[in-house]
Amino acid sequence: MAELAMRATELVKWFGEGETKTVAVHEISFDAWFGEMLFIEGPSGSGKTTLLSLISGILRPNSGTVMVEGQDLWAMTSDRIADFRLNKVGFVFQDYHLFPRLTTVENVAIPLILKRLDWNESINEAMKYLEIVGIKDRALLPPVKLSGGEQQRVAIARAIASRPDILIFDEPTASLDGDTGRRILEFVKKNILNEKRCIIIVTHDSRIFEYADRIIKMEDGRITGIEQGGEREE
Amino acid sequence: MKGILKIAYKLLVNDKGKFAALLVGITFAVFLMVMMTSMFAGILHRSSATVLNVGAKVWVMDPAVNTPANTIPLPDYVLDAVRSINGVKYAVPLYSAGALVKLRSGVYQSVTVIGLDDASLYGRPELIEGRIEDIYAENAFVVVKDSEFPKLDNPRIGTEFELNDHRGVIVGIARVSTGSLFGVPTLYTTYNRALQYIPSTRFTTAFILIEPKSGDAVSNIKAQVAALGYEALTKKEFIQKTSNFYKYQTGIGTNVLIMTVISFIVGLSISGQTFYTFILENLDKFGALKAIGAKGKELVFMILFQATFTSLAGYGLGIGLASLVITVAKLRLPSYAAMITYSSLGFAFVMVLIIAGISSYIGVRKVLRIEPFDIFRG
Repeated sequence: MAELAMRATELVKWFGEGETKTVAVHEISFDAWFGEMLFIEGPSGSGKTTLLSLISGILRPNSGTVMVEGQDLWAMTSDRIADFRLNKVGFVFQDYHLFPRLTTVENVAIPLILKRLDWNESINEAMKYLEIVGIKDRALLPPVKLSGGEQQRVAIARAIASRPDILIFDEPTASLDGDTGRRILEFVKKNILNEKRCIIIVTHDSRIFEYADRIIKMEDGRITGIEQGGEREE
Repeated sequence: MKGILKIAYKLLVNDKGKFAALLVGITFAVFLMVMMTSMFAGILHRSSATVLNVGAKVWVMDPAVNTPANTIPLPDYVLDAVRSINGVKYAVPLYSAGALVKLRSGVYQSVTVIGLDDASLYGRPELIEGRIEDIYAENAFVVVKDSEFPKLDNPRIGTEFELNDHRGVIVGIARVSTGSLFGVPTLYTTYNRALQYIPSTRFTTAFILIEPKSGDAVSNIKAQVAALGYEALTKKEFIQKTSNFYKYQTGIGTNVLIMTVISFIVGLSISGQTFYTFILENLDKFGALKAIGAKGKELVFMILFQATFTSLAGYGLGIGLASLVITVAKLRLPSYAAMITYSSLGFAFVMVLIIAGISSYIGVRKVLRIEPFDIFRG
């Protein structure tokens, strides 16, 4: 039986005050399990990015808890939350946010350097992850010289470099064509996902739902349903 | 932390355009500040040339005298009175005045004539050609080989000239540590010959030079001279008084200060604005770093390192450029008065640190305010 990776309980987040108050996330509760690929799906403005931020230690909720390894994430100090993001969570941003002034391998080495590994050791380790994502030969090029799909792989390599338990993808196929997007998801499911890792993907691209184990559907800050991936059962 | 600083370094220097603009801004500011303060230091140094070259430990003068160039002759009795002060080892008169010499070519040239005490030649310069005893020969003068030397048609030993219808002969060529400020050559002779050659007022002693018996005696000498109605200053005090005159009683100090402040503002504007643009352009990257797990203090270190590295590199380049320009200028214009002092370097360094501090402050504020959530929202 799979282990629990993360449990969100009655998360609430609003922005603004008074007349401008907007509730982005409305008492949302769900579990994420190791070994699963969990999709959060919904239209623009449904609160999925906000939810992603709440569970990854980026945005503090107004109420509710996020339990990771038996600890409430938001009861930790800001430095410990930063450590949590560095050691337990890997991010693949929608626009990748790679550093154009660094080489590909240096980009991948960033989380390792933040973990205080020696520079050369970080670079050597980063090379291994570039090998995993299949672009070791591009290691010394700046990211701007790579294709969209290759940049996505660099972002994935950077996200997994710190060996996180939870990997978070924000709209991973938004900047890619259909074929490349599918290839990336296939690759992630086959090579990155394992029994000790949970992958949470925020997307509204229905073409990739077939790769999901579960799909949390959101609308207006609420969960409207949880489906099984591919089969799309309520 | 070393690895993080290396990332900061690479982010900075690999953005060649911005880095070059930052360096140009700071280099330019340092160059201007160092040039301004060096020129001022050069002027101040040269304004005390007589004090430095003669080298007497204590100088007696009229209290109204501000610089060695503006002398008020002292009555003869003052010399006797000074010699009788307890603690004075010896005291000699010094003559210093401007004169006009007629060269063999027929050209007239202004000179400064310094008349040394006949008996002791106290304050004599170091000779590089000739013998000092020859200064007692008929019509003898020693010429100083400084940047103004060519104005006397590069005289050699035996070269003759006219001074107030008197014949003068060069018997020695000397060197001194500091050239004069006013661009006129300097001739040394004996005190009495100077009086013979140059039309004089009733009193002729410009300064009385004192050799005290010991350092402790100076305060008593100063008090006794003050009781006579005159002023005794140590070499250092006289140089300071001269500097103060040029700093505060002429427009030079104010003008240099204004130019230095303008240089600082120009440098700060260029560097501050470029650094701010650099931070703005990389703001999403800093946000991404924060999201990945970088702590606030690590980002602050990165920015401080970038600002400090740029500032110190610009400082070095600015100092190098200023040194080069001053060296070339002195080769082309020997009388060019500029000298890079430790004070100039220290002042520019502090100003550069201020530029780095202000630039970093703007960047740090911006980066600390960025929320990783903004990165997700795009």
